[in-house]
Amino acid sequence: MSVRVLEALKEKFGDAVVETHSQFGDDTAVVRADKWKEVCRFLRDDPAMSFDMSVDLCGVDYPDREPRFEVVLHLYSVAKRHRLRLKARIGDAEGEGAEIDTVADIWIGVNWFERETYDLMGISFKGHPDLRRILMYPEFEGHPLRKDYPANKTQPLVPYRTEEEAGVTLEKQAPFGLDEGMPFGRRAWGTDRGES
Amino acid sequence: MGELKHVTLEGGASGTSGFATTKLDALLAWARKWSLFKYPFVTACCGMEFMALTSPRFDGSARFGAEAPRFSPRQSDLLWVVGTISQRQAPVLRRIYEQMMEPKWVLAFGTCASCGGFYDNYTTVPGIDKIIPCDVYVPGCPPRPEAVLDGLMLLQDKITKNATGDRRPGIVKPREDPVRDLIQLRKKSSREGEA
Ligand code: SF4
Repeated sequence: MSVRVLEALKEKFGDAVVETHSQFGDDTAVVRADKWKEVCRFLRDDPAMSFDMSVDLCGVDYPDREPRFEVVLHLYSVAKRHRLRLKARIGDAEGEGAEIDTVADIWIGVNWFERETYDLMGISFKGHPDLRRILMYPEFEGHPLRKDYPANKTQPLVPYRTEEEAGVTLEKQAPFGLDEGMPFGRRAWGTDRGES
Repeated sequence: MGELKHVTLEGGASGTSGFATTKLDALLAWARKWSLFKYPFVTACCGMEFMALTSPRFDGSARFGAEAPRFSPRQSDLLWVVGTISQRQAPVLRRIYEQMMEPKWVLAFGTCASCGGFYDNYTTVPGIDKIIPCDVYVPGCPPRPEAVLDGLMLLQDKITKNATGDRRPGIVKPREDPVRDLIQLRKKSSREGEA
């Protein structure tokens, strides 16, 4: 149904719509990052579009691509009952220049999603009223969901105790199996399901 | 409560106090271990099992004199760390621990509190023993109430032993995976069916 939305977008913005596709009734439009805000405003205000609800906003890191990041915005129109997934691609291979306009003034609900995307993915939203970290603590360095952030690197707020202080051995592991009681732990699925 | 029968209140003819002091320790330890006031630091899904533990079916803490929770660390002597401790929460947990009065004990409830569990990443403290001392580890995700009761009894043992200065942590024995038993059972019954 919202294929019509894609048509309207292409008609209105022409070249600024980089790519569109539809699959299983989901429609996606990739737009140029500098037109992000304009497109969003159109989608909300145009009576034929009337996307009055923003469902989600997030970032995706494709380390092999350039531009490297994608900002993904999911929209729904309660009045028209159609959905759209809107994407924009930003940032170079080093993760620099990952900037895009905020849409928090168009849908206020987006505010915290943009903060989360900034916090975890390091994408800045220009003009955001309060772009602070939302999940990690202010002392945290880097953006943990970027693919170049080491998966097990921690930045403790409280320095860990040393073994002398503790008087007992402090391994990373507990004194029992690391995945004790966790059937969905790191143990490889399918290879050890009790058949042995 | 067998320990108590050795305690005599008569000073004896000599009136020396050396003998009586150790007995006083034992008496105190006995009193402490049957009146633990808990501070539930409940942060994640293990909390559900904690509720199951304290509700009537298992009656997990009342039977061991640890019924009354105290939501002020100053009034409690057993800190239950129930659930995942994120790095961001670590300062809070340590502060709570520091506010508690001596003597105090800490119980790590669940795999997350004991070693971080599968949260092997930037978010989570890999076990509360990295930031505060820990007296009993209860593995399981979440642990069964029986395992926690086991842990509570280990702690009681430990309190008794503490009078003699033993500070090694207690560890509840990891349970067997029930799925394993189930599969084995199913195999066995199908074999019997064939025969
Ligand atoms: S051990 Fe399992 S049940 Fe307990 S807090 Fe961690 S993930 Fe949740």
